[in-house]
Amino acid sequence: MTEIGRRNAASDQATAAEPAGQQEPPERGRAAVEAIMQGRSRQAAAISVLRQAALVPVIILLVVVGTFVNSAFLTSSNFSGIAAQISALGVIVVGESLILLIGGMDLSLAGTYGLAPMVAAWLMVPAVEFGSGTMLNPYLAICVLLAVGAAIGMVNGLFIVRGRLNGFIWTLGMLIVLAGLQLGIVQGNTLFNLPAPFNYLGSANFGPLPVSFVVAALIFAGVGLFLRYHRTGRAIYAVGGSLPAARAAGIKVDRIRIGVYVAGGVLAAIGGLMEAGRVSAVTGQQGYQEGTIFTVFAAAVIGGVSLKGGRGNMVGAASGVVLLGLVQNILDLSQVSNYWIEAVTGGVILVALVLARIIGGEATAE
Amino acid sequence: MTGPPAASTAVPVVEAAGIRKRFGSTQALRGIDLALQPGRCLGLVGRNGAGKSTLVSILSGIYPADAGEVRLYGAPAPPLGDVDAWRKQLATVYQHSMVVPTLTVAENVFLAHQPRRGGLVDWRGMREQARQVMLEWGFSIDVRLPCASLTVEQRQIVEIARALAAGTRCLLLDEPTAALERDAVQRLFARVKQVVASGVAVMYISHHLEEVFEICQDVAVIRDGELVLTAPTAEVSKEQLVTAMVGAAVPAATDSQPARTTSRLARATDSRPARAAGDAGVGQAPADAARCLVVDHVSAESARGSLHDISLEVRPGERVGVTGLLSGGVATLARVVAGAEPYESGQVLLDSQPLAPGRRDLALLAGVGYIPEDRQAEGYVPLLSVAENTTMTVVDWLARKLGWLSPRTRAAAAMPLARRLSIVSAGLAQPVGELSGGNQQKVTVARAIIRRPRLIVAITPTRGVDVASKSLLLQEIAEITAESGAGLLLATDELSDLEICDRVVVLVRGERFTEFTEPPFDREALISATEGLLRNGATGNRGLTSPEGQEPA
Repeated sequence: MTEIGRRNAASDQATAAEPAGQQEPPERGRAAVEAIMQGRSRQAAAISVLRQAALVPVIILLVVVGTFVNSAFLTSSNFSGIAAQISALGVIVVGESLILLIGGMDLSLAGTYGLAPMVAAWLMVPAVEFGSGTMLNPYLAICVLLAVGAAIGMVNGLFIVRGRLNGFIWTLGMLIVLAGLQLGIVQGNTLFNLPAPFNYLGSANFGPLPVSFVVAALIFAGVGLFLRYHRTGRAIYAVGGSLPAARAAGIKVDRIRIGVYVAGGVLAAIGGLMEAGRVSAVTGQQGYQEGTIFTVFAAAVIGGVSLKGGRGNMVGAASGVVLLGLVQNILDLSQVSNYWIEAVTGGVILVALVLARIIGGEATAE
Repeated sequence: MTGPPAASTAVPVVEAAGIRKRFGSTQALRGIDLALQPGRCLGLVGRNGAGKSTLVSILSGIYPADAGEVRLYGAPAPPLGDVDAWRKQLATVYQHSMVVPTLTVAENVFLAHQPRRGGLVDWRGMREQARQVMLEWGFSIDVRLPCASLTVEQRQIVEIARALAAGTRCLLLDEPTAALERDAVQRLFARVKQVVASGVAVMYISHHLEEVFEICQDVAVIRDGELVLTAPTAEVSKEQLVTAMVGAAVPAATDSQPARTTSRLARATDSRPARAAGDAGVGQAPADAARCLVVDHVSAESARGSLHDISLEVRPGERVGVTGLLSGGVATLARVVAGAEPYESGQVLLDSQPLAPGRRDLALLAGVGYIPEDRQAEGYVPLLSVAENTTMTVVDWLARKLGWLSPRTRAAAAMPLARRLSIVSAGLAQPVGELSGGNQQKVTVARAIIRRPRLIVAITPTRGVDVASKSLLLQEIAEITAESGAGLLLATDELSDLEICDRVVVLVRGERFTEFTEPPFDREALISATEGLLRNGATGNRGLTSPEGQEPA
C-alpha cells in the first residue's frame, strides 16, 4: 500500500514531461526517454536509500521514550553500556544475515556463539578451575575459537548444501548438540579468570567507545561494502534471489553457499568472544539457553533481511540490532518487573515488526 | 442462448465499458470496450506490454479500473474483495497452473468448496461429483490422481473443471498454451471447443495467431492500451492482425524496422557461402578447428527426457537446430551441452576440449553461452537489476583487483547490449522481475551473449515473446553468430525458430531420427519427422536429405 503510493508519487513527478506513457518508445524519442528514465531511476535509488534507513524514526522515538523513562538513560556511560551489549549480538546478526541472504537458515549460530568461547576458555584455564589444564596461550586460544566457528560452519554447509538436508532441521539438531557439548566439557561449570588478551575484545575501551563496538561497526561496514561492491557479495544476492538462475549464469553456487555458512560460524564465534570478554567469563548459558537465536532472527527480520533469501542489507540489519538493544536497555531501566520483562520484550518485537513493514514497504518483514 | 446468431442479442456474459488504467507513468489501458457472448470464443492478441495482462487482471477482479465499468451478466461486477462471488461468474486460467500439486484432482476441483456431510469433508461424495463434472464436460482425467502426476495441459483442464464445477460459465484463458507442446495444445483445444460449444463464454489470450484462427470465433487486437480491431475471425486475415498489432501509426518505426531486419538477415546469410566453401568435406571434417562443438555418442538419463547415443557437430558460425518434442530429449541435449545437466556416457567437446559433465560454471568459462528453457526459474534473478543480470556472466572481466566492482561498471557494460536488444526498462537499475515477459527474455539473451561465447545454446528462446520481438530476437541471435563466428545450438519445438538455422537435427524419443541440411525447411516434412513418421529420403520433400550425402559441391 505505502509502497505503491510512494512509487506512484515518485514516478508522477518524473513523468510531467513524458510523452504519454509509451511502453516501447520509437527510436527517435529514445534519447529523451532515456534521460527521463535515468532521472526516475535516480529517484528510485533515493527511495531505496530512505528504505534502508526505515527504522531510524523508530530509533529516534525510542531514544525520546528512554529519556522520559529514566534520567540515567541519556548518559554516556549508559550508551557505552548499550554499545558493548549490542556488539556481540550485532556480529552474530551479520553472520545470520549472510546465511539468510543465500536463502539459508542457521539456528546453530547461537550454539557456536556459546561453544567456541567455551572450548577456547577450557583450553586456557587450569584443571582446578574446570579447564582442561593445557593452559593454552590466549592468542592461540583465539585462533582455536575462530577455527571452531569455521569448522561448525563447514560441517553445516557440507551437510546442507552437498548432502541436501533441510537447513532448518539440521541446524536445530546441531544447536542442541553444540549446547550439550558446551555444558559437557566443563560439567556445567562457569569458567572465570580468563587471560587479559582473551577478554580484551569484549572489555577494553577505545576512547569513549568499547573496542567491541568499533570492531562490530567495522564488520558491519566491511560486510556491507563487500555485499554491494564485491563479485562474491553480488553472487550471494544472485544465489539467494534465484538459485537456478545463478547456476545457469555459471556462478559456483555450492561453493558460495558453503562459504557463507563458514563465514556465519566464524562471525558467531567472534560474537561469542565479545560476550565472554564483556562478562569476563564463559557460562554454560551463553547462547542456546539465553535464547540468543530468537533475538538474532528478530533483529535481522526487523532490519528487513528476508527469510526467503536475496533481500536485505547491512544498514537494515544494523538498525534492527540497535533497535532491539535500545528496547532491552529501556526495559531494564524502566523497572518493569522481572516476571513481566519477557512478555514486554516479545510484544515490542511484534510491534517493531509491524512498524518495519509499514515503513519499509511490502517486501520488508516478510 | 443457443447459437452464434443469437449472440449479438443475448446479454453479454462480461461487458467492459470505457476501462482505463494507469500504473505510475504508464497508461496501460485507455478506454477498452469489450463484450463476451455465451457460446463464443474471443481471441485477444497484442504485443508484449500492449495491455493484455492488465485487462485480464481487471476483468478477473484483481485490480480496480481507474475509470469505466465491468458488468457481469448485465449487472455491475461484485466488489473487488469478494473473490468468491467474482469466481462464480468468471474464472481465469493462467499460463502457470494454479493447482495444488500435492492434492488429488478431485480435491483441486473442489478446493475450498468441498462437499460436506455433517460438517466433515465428504470424500466419497467429492470424488463422485468430480467424476460427474469430468464426464459432463467430456474430460478424461482420473480424479483420484495427485495433480503432481498430471501433464501441464491436464492441470489446466483441472483448473477449467474447477471453474465449471463452481458454476462459472465464463473463462479467461491467459496464454494457456505457452508451456505446452504441440500435441498437448491440440488436446487442450479440443476440450476448449467442446466447452465453448456447450454455451460457455471464453476469452482466449495468445501470442500465436494460428491458435486464434483455430478456436476463436471473434478476435480483438489490443495495442498501446486500446482495442484497435474487433472482428469475427472469418473476416480478417493473419496479415491484417499483424498489421493491427504492430500498428502503422508510427511511420518512423515501421518504415525502418523491416528494412533493418532484412539487411540484417542479408548480412547474416552472407557469411554462409564463405563457410560452405571453407569446409567441403563435412562428414569427417579433417581439421578440429572447423568444429566448434562435437557431441560424441552421448547418452543421458534425465527426468526431462533421456538421450540415447547422440552424436552431433556444430561448426563455427553454423546455426544448428534441434527439434522434436522438448520432452523427447531436445531440451536435455541442450542442457547437457550447456553443462546444466550431467550425462552418463560419451563426450562433449568444445573446440576439441572436453567439457566436464554437469558443470555449468566450467562450460561458461570454456565459452558456452546458455539461454535456458524456463526463464522465470533460470533466466534471471528477479530482484536484481537489468545491469546486474546482464553482466552476471562477465563479473570476472569487470571486477578490479580482489574481485571488487561497482554497479556503475556493470551498467556501463550492460548498456550497449540493452540498447542493441532494445530492452525496455525504467533504467538499467530496475529489477528484472518488474519487466514484461519479452524484456525479461531479452535480458536472458543478453546474459548469454555478453561474454562473446564460442557456442550459444538456446532452448525455445522465443517462447512467450510477442510476434514482433520474436523475429527481432531471432535476427539478433543469427546476426551475433554471423559476426562473432560463434556456433548456435537451438533446441526448440517451435518451427518458426528454425528459420535462422543452417541445419536441423530431429530427435525422436531421445534418439537422432533424421537431419535436414538445406534451408528453407519444409514445414510439413519437419512436422512429420518430429512425429517420427518420415525418415531420410522416404519422400521427395524438399530439404529432406540424408545427413552425410548430397552435399552441394
